[in-house]
Amino acid sequence: MAVIQGLLVQGVQMALVLLLAPLLTGLVRKVKARLQRRRGASLIQPYRDLKRLLGKEVVLAENASWLFRTAPYVIFAVTWVAAALVPTFGTGLLFNWSGDLIAITALLGSARFAQALAAMDIGTSFGGIGASREVMIASLAEPAMLMIALTVALVAGSTQLSTIADYMAFSAVGLRVSLALGLVALIIVALAENARIPVDNPATHLELTMVHEAMVLEYSGRHLAMIELAAALKLLLYISVIACIFCPVGLAHGYAIGFVLYLFKLAVAGVLLGVFEMSIAKMRVFRVPNFLGAALMLGLLGVLLLFVSEGM
Amino acid sequence: MISLVLVCILLLLGLGIAGARLAHTPSGNSIVYGGSLGISCISLLIALLSLAATPSTITLPLGLPWIGAHFRLDSLAAFFLFVVGLGSAGASLYALGYGAHEPEPQRVLPFYPVFLAGLNLVVLADDAFSFLFAWELMSLASWALVMSHDREPGNAHAGLVYIIMASFSGLALLLCFGLLAGPTGSYDFVAMRAVHPTPGLAAIALVLALIGAGSKAGVVPLHAWLPLAHPAAPSHVSALMSGVMTKVAVYGFIRIALDLIGAPTAWSGILVLAVGGITAVMGVLYALMEHDLKRLLAYHTVENIGIIFIGLGLAIAFGANGLAAAAALGLTAALFHVFNHSVFKSLLFFGTGAVLTTTGERDMDHLGGLIHRMPKTAFAFLVGCVAISALPPLNGFVSEWLTFQAILLHPNLPQWGLKIAIPADGALLALSAALAAACLVKAYGVTFLGRPRTRAAIDAHEVERCSIAAMYVFAALCLLAGIFPGVVIDLLAPVVHTLTGARMPTQLGVAWLSILPVASARSSYNGLLVLLFIAASASLAVLVVHRFASRATRRAPAWDCGFPDPRPETQYTGGSFAQPIRRVYGAVVFRTHETVTMPPPGDIAPARIEKHFSDVIWDVFYAPIAGAIWRASEILNHLQFLTIRRYLGFVFAALIILLFALALWQ
Repeated sequence: MAVIQGLLVQGVQMALVLLLAPLLTGLVRKVKARLQRRRGASLIQPYRDLKRLLGKEVVLAENASWLFRTAPYVIFAVTWVAAALVPTFGTGLLFNWSGDLIAITALLGSARFAQALAAMDIGTSFGGIGASREVMIASLAEPAMLMIALTVALVAGSTQLSTIADYMAFSAVGLRVSLALGLVALIIVALAENARIPVDNPATHLELTMVHEAMVLEYSGRHLAMIELAAALKLLLYISVIACIFCPVGLAHGYAIGFVLYLFKLAVAGVLLGVFEMSIAKMRVFRVPNFLGAALMLGLLGVLLLFVSEGM
Repeated sequence: MISLVLVCILLLLGLGIAGARLAHTPSGNSIVYGGSLGISCISLLIALLSLAATPSTITLPLGLPWIGAHFRLDSLAAFFLFVVGLGSAGASLYALGYGAHEPEPQRVLPFYPVFLAGLNLVVLADDAFSFLFAWELMSLASWALVMSHDREPGNAHAGLVYIIMASFSGLALLLCFGLLAGPTGSYDFVAMRAVHPTPGLAAIALVLALIGAGSKAGVVPLHAWLPLAHPAAPSHVSALMSGVMTKVAVYGFIRIALDLIGAPTAWSGILVLAVGGITAVMGVLYALMEHDLKRLLAYHTVENIGIIFIGLGLAIAFGANGLAAAAALGLTAALFHVFNHSVFKSLLFFGTGAVLTTTGERDMDHLGGLIHRMPKTAFAFLVGCVAISALPPLNGFVSEWLTFQAILLHPNLPQWGLKIAIPADGALLALSAALAAACLVKAYGVTFLGRPRTRAAIDAHEVERCSIAAMYVFAALCLLAGIFPGVVIDLLAPVVHTLTGARMPTQLGVAWLSILPVASARSSYNGLLVLLFIAASASLAVLVVHRFASRATRRAPAWDCGFPDPRPETQYTGGSFAQPIRRVYGAVVFRTHETVTMPPPGDIAPARIEKHFSDVIWDVFYAPIAGAIWRASEILNHLQFLTIRRYLGFVFAALIILLFALALWQ
């Protein structure tokens, strides 16, 4: 009986992240539009876009291989699974323990691997430029993320997000230098991984500094819908990770309270992201390594501090 | 048990002689490789059975008369015998197809079984003399195989560098054993274990073992021969050298450092951690600069050896502090990675060999689009790429996950060096994993994806069934070890227990086949569930989309923002793909820079971009030594053209000087 209930809650979590992800993207866009004194598209525009894309036919390049056609589903499935492993409205879900924060980072790495390969499949220069810049960014963002995972794990004594959230909620963690460094680093990584300003611009097209959009240039129809949905899920995932580590309020007080607070956290994070993106300019692509290098160094510093003194 | 393995080795040596006789006959190929396959399978089974058995020993009246040849099959030897057997069985199966393309079989067939015999013998040796004999047999046989295509440009140089480094490694091990033998001078390992050397001697012996075994394994800065020699050999031998021989070298280090020397010390943990971390990152950075597929893979071997040494360093560091459970975790991670790397690196070399046979190209910038022409090879190679990039749910991720868990286990070690070295290695490990993924996207994307760049790539076709079978067996192992890691960890438990005195918790009892790093840990990973989860989600997505949304598909020319260029030269090459990473990391490590020559407006001369790259380690460590030897030989060269009177004069002077020295000594 407990297993069935666990499965059910897990299923709810999977459905929830899938349903909320486009709404979050819509919210960020709306906030940005309002700050630009535009009316902006409706909050549910991303759902309409997905529906439109799903209904269209796929235009495949003549030399596209099976890898190009399967990659969107792999990217979507892997991102979805990773998002389902993060505690959102409650901790200790049935499958939470099948992957920890390291595994979640690596799962996102798998999705990126598939995406970069798919970008190179057609053999266009845009695909190549997108893939090569994406792996360059990832080569700094992924170790930074792992360093953050190690920092948090050293404080909480586990790499399991559920355990970390419980620890952060109930123990007297206090203000710690290492966690502060980790938070800053995590925000930088989240911006880079989700192709947000200042690293990349999700709204551009036909701009030479684009990374993510260059990789998906050849995709259309349902394939593009899968990739867009995966991108939205990834944004939700990072916000959920930040929320469950640094703001685990309500995770242990029943699912209803957790759910309401989770919606609130998402809304706050979405507004903050919109405001942040409006207030900063995009940086040149070769300034990005400095930006991400800072995140890596902050993460490493956090780990070193904890190795030197457990109270830091 | 052990006598059966020795019989196998004897059969392999016999097969070598048969190979020399049968090389020119049409069936020579299948006899040698078929025989090697059978024998390797037998030793593989024996190794598997002896993993948990009590050690068996045997002494043969061979070798030096007052020593005899001691052989011992304990759990550590059994594990490495298993790795050797698996790698050589795979390579032999692959070669049943691949070997038929060999232009000069008489230069490969006699040495291949002897090389296998050498690999097996090193693992079994239980005295210094047999160990060094087997070590040199392994080196020389592989050297002969490296030189089998000596007319190809660069191969003779590779052979020269290899033989120099192999002799150097043999010398270091010889001195190491000399120190460990102690005052009684007994060379069998039982006596060495009983003698506890003074801390000073133990330190020198450990450094010598690190130099001797490490140079064979390819730790930076002693790796210089590896990316030259591994690619020069035929591909199945490259797979053996990268996948198996480097592991035998790791065995040598473990045997000496963790077994013969005795109690581990903290500073040696720091040393091994430093070497491992630097090796991992340098190896992958070198790989990123490379566009020759086989050399790229060889540099990845350097990287993975670094990861293994990080695990070993953790085991030594924790062992020195009396934390047996943590040491067991570190050692298990290292040994798991030994197994993983031997599997996926062999697989990748098989794939490269398949590409090489059908296109004659190793340079990825001359390939492209092979996924259409070699679909089976392309899929197996993709599995290998995902596995080596440490991505879940395959096996490479599990060993790196275990290493990370070991890093996290004890942040409060008393030594300051370890407080810095362990987190630094965590960062280097993370960096090398991310860079490895970047490098394999490059290797796979440029070679197998996109459009073919040359005629050779257009005309490529699938290879023989035996080669394909070998690749798929190893690809399946990558998946199985990734989703059932608990089985591998439990098999490793007796090995780890004999060396560290502790073991990881039994994994088969854990619910849902998850793995736990230590008994009290609150972290777990479940590859099987992750895979099932992904498969279910992907199938659900496909089903829903195809059922309720559009299924229409139309083929059209590529979009490419409206300006598609049909020429395949406009695609990204290996060099252009690595350019951003070269700019970020290479400018510091390799002093890379680019010079762009742009003709003035109106001039129709082509614009040029040149990239410059300097191999720091070669410049710092090798070039001065090579230069000094060269200068010394220039000076000594004058001695060659003297008259007989002068030579007699020299002899007389030398005699006088020696007598003076003797008189003063008294």
